[in-house]
Amino acid sequence: MTILASLAIPLAGALAIMLAARISDNLRETMTLITSVALAWNVWSLLPAIMAGDRPEIILFEVIPGIEIGFAIEPLGMLFAALASALWIVNSVYSIGYMRGNNEKKQTRFYVFFAFSLAATIGIAFAANLFTLFLFYEALTLLTYPLVSHKGDEKTLRSARVYLGVLLTTSIGLLLPAIIWTYLVAGNGDFTPGGILAGHVEGPALGLLLGLFVFGIGKAAVMPVHRWLPAAMVAPTPVSALLHAVAVVKAGVFTVTKVIVYIFGIEHLFSTPSSGWLLYVAAFTIIAASLVALRQTNIKRLLAYSTVAQLSYVIMAAAILKPLAEIGASIHMVAHAFGKITLFFAAGAIYTASKKTEIGQLAGIGRRMPWTMTAFTIGALSMIGVPPTGGFVSKWFILAGAFQADNYVAIFTIITSTVLNAAYFLPIVFIAWFGRETEGAGPDHGEAPLPIIIALTTTAALTILFFLFNGPVIALEAQIFGGPSS
Amino acid sequence: MSALQAHLPALQVIVPMLTAPLVILVKERRLCWAATLLASFCSLAIAISLCIDVLNGDSIRYLMGSWPAPWGIELRVDTFSALLLLIVNGSSSLALIGATASLDRDIESSRQPLFYAAWLLALAGLNGILVTADAFNIFVFMEISALASYVLISAGPNRRALPAVFKYLIMGTIGATFYLIGVGLIYLMTGTLNIADMALRIQDVADQKAILVAAGFITIGLALKAAVFPMHIWLPNAYTYAPNMVTVFLAACATKVSLYILLRIDFFVFQPNLSGHDFQFSYFLLPMSLLAILIASTVAMFEPNLKRLLAWSSVAQIGYITLGASLVSVAGLTASLLHMFNHALAKGALFLVIACLGISLSHLRIDNIAGIAKQMPWTMAAFVLAGLSLIGVPGTAGFISKWYLITATLEAGSWGPALVAIIIISSLMAVVYIWRIVEIAYFQPADEQAVVSEAPFFLLLSTWIAVALNFYFGLSAALPVELADSAARLLMGQMR
Repeated sequence: MTILASLAIPLAGALAIMLAARISDNLRETMTLITSVALAWNVWSLLPAIMAGDRPEIILFEVIPGIEIGFAIEPLGMLFAALASALWIVNSVYSIGYMRGNNEKKQTRFYVFFAFSLAATIGIAFAANLFTLFLFYEALTLLTYPLVSHKGDEKTLRSARVYLGVLLTTSIGLLLPAIIWTYLVAGNGDFTPGGILAGHVEGPALGLLLGLFVFGIGKAAVMPVHRWLPAAMVAPTPVSALLHAVAVVKAGVFTVTKVIVYIFGIEHLFSTPSSGWLLYVAAFTIIAASLVALRQTNIKRLLAYSTVAQLSYVIMAAAILKPLAEIGASIHMVAHAFGKITLFFAAGAIYTASKKTEIGQLAGIGRRMPWTMTAFTIGALSMIGVPPTGGFVSKWFILAGAFQADNYVAIFTIITSTVLNAAYFLPIVFIAWFGRETEGAGPDHGEAPLPIIIALTTTAALTILFFLFNGPVIALEAQIFGGPSS
Repeated sequence: MSALQAHLPALQVIVPMLTAPLVILVKERRLCWAATLLASFCSLAIAISLCIDVLNGDSIRYLMGSWPAPWGIELRVDTFSALLLLIVNGSSSLALIGATASLDRDIESSRQPLFYAAWLLALAGLNGILVTADAFNIFVFMEISALASYVLISAGPNRRALPAVFKYLIMGTIGATFYLIGVGLIYLMTGTLNIADMALRIQDVADQKAILVAAGFITIGLALKAAVFPMHIWLPNAYTYAPNMVTVFLAACATKVSLYILLRIDFFVFQPNLSGHDFQFSYFLLPMSLLAILIASTVAMFEPNLKRLLAWSSVAQIGYITLGASLVSVAGLTASLLHMFNHALAKGALFLVIACLGISLSHLRIDNIAGIAKQMPWTMAAFVLAGLSLIGVPGTAGFISKWYLITATLEAGSWGPALVAIIIISSLMAVVYIWRIVEIAYFQPADEQAVVSEAPFFLLLSTWIAVALNFYFGLSAALPVELADSAARLLMGQMR
């Protein structure tokens, strides 16, 4: 029941937001907050049972013989749902500050589709089979379209077209055939520990199927299907922060990881050489995206390319095909989420307070916006992977997995990209704190509105806290392979 | 009740056919509408009842006047005809619910009784084709429905409806004549018109040239009536200039019924008896289906007139249906029949949206709907959702048929992946032509002078029922899948 409630709450919330908007804006925002808290409460209440080894599952109905809409919770999906629902609360607080601070139009539509998107995200996290997952995956693409195209001008529409075009082309063109292929050979698409493809697909065909999945899941933004992510940056910053740093992109890497672990099975993949290409593609994406990020002058676009690189960390970790690395993959989803949402929050705070969007304009801004830039600095350090931030923890696990597999390509990539991350983040931090503001370059401004500050302080704190208290998360994810006891 | 139950196959035709003259006598247009709606719903109820009876795989036989077949006329309803009966009567009923506002706009009130009579005759004709087991009867009903639909289309408000319908009339008559020539040849060779009897007797003469020629005439004639590419040229204009409600009705079912005849005669009579026929059938239909899918979708991407855009999309979708059939396998036929059902749902809903737009817009070009989502939010939301079904987004009916079609083509052997690629490319083309409309309706600034208001309630109601059905049958597709699967087995079962 709680599973279905997790889907129903944001849907009901969307309705409530729509109705409340007719009465007053304050009531509408209250509804958003209530919905997000209720959702998080509901999702987190599932956690103890999952930690104890329970695997609740519910089959709703059969669409066509052999194909069901069903939900089942396992550690990976639990983590994703818990993460997205918790950050939605913070993000809602932030949204209120941002949308009001910038006098955005059509705010009701914004909040309604935000709630819808969260419902789709939860659906992805809890899906019990490929069909259900695909249903919500496509729903998430379509439901975020109104958020991306929010501004509605010609430039925005063009970007939104890229967004929709890339995501739909990959999912219909590659992911759907991959899913149908899986159902055809394995008879079902249920997520099963150990995978379902062993004995059905072997040799080069397995590598091909993996390719259809990885590039079909365009939300994971593995090059060359990453173009939609920078395009999505035309959306209002709260959308970029929660959806294009957490919900949507994590839905992508989550799906890839889930497919690798529960459809292919890591042992089956490991013993099939034709699947080895994935690691190299992910490694290439990490390095290439970091190099592109170096050349960006717009803050949000830089963050977008940084996200592309960080997502491929997860893919690469999953592709190492060792338990430790798979755990690292799931933890990196969390660590990156905290860090990147903080960075986006900071970018949005700067835009709200000063309308600045370019890196060159940031000189000396740390003195005007100390809270914001402190949070930005913490987020940047987490991206680089410096202790005491969350980014360090996940890198540790991925490196450990890479050593376990003697995978020197992965080790080399991690080291190189750490250097590159530092090369594009540290200069920003440096000029923001120590640079000299150009005279008369912009209006006099102070910090961003209070809700924004509250939100970004919270996520920055989470970034650090995750370094200190990550035990439960690791214990949860260790269950993917060992069951509750080990 | 049970006495009535036995006569349902005959009533399926008789109810609309006898209501037609009544409607002319009534003369008051609202009463006419009510009578037509009632007859259509009765007919739908009969179709549903028949459908329930045949779901277990039996077929219902009915002897007109108790004359035994093959001397008397036999009616026969099986899962294949039941599926099509649902489509035909469902779309007629759905279109009629909201028809008044749209028809008042398109047709002067004094002519409306005649219009409704023609509608009922078209319905009776289509139903007749579906229930009869006699090849000549099919021809008679085909002409009844065709003549009635020429009248329906020529009632369109634009004078260009007349040349459009003339083209349709010429093409339709050629098609029907070809069919008649084919049936005549078979009658010469076998001495029977009953399809089941034909299938038995043709065995002795299957190697004769006359039979081969008959197969050719029948296939081409029906392909012409079904608008199989490249014999589709009558379709875009006929759909474009017909009254909006007529487009809803005919687009959802007219071509599909012609395909029904094609498949029924081909798989019952020719496939089991003519050597190498499956090969000829497949290689005739497959290339044309692929061309239809690709070329018609491309045209739709650039077409500025909304109705013609959707008409071109229909040509492409007919390509999907014939593609599935051309695989000559249970899976392929299931996909094909399922797509008849699902496409009727999606396209019916989309043409209903067009009818909603047509209430306040006199021109249905793509730039006329700039920013219209603000004034007509319900209409355009319905368009987006029905469009998703046409594209084949999961959760919608369109997705189910795409799933089956891709599964069937993947099983089809070495050609499979190439066919899958074409299906996918055309799905993406559908994204383009649907989203082009969505963007303009939602994001372009509206024309300030135009006075546009939301469509009337009943029209919106039937539109949203159609949209809801798209989602219902997208999430719970057991009924159409079962019907299509059983019908496909029936068709393939004849092959041994």
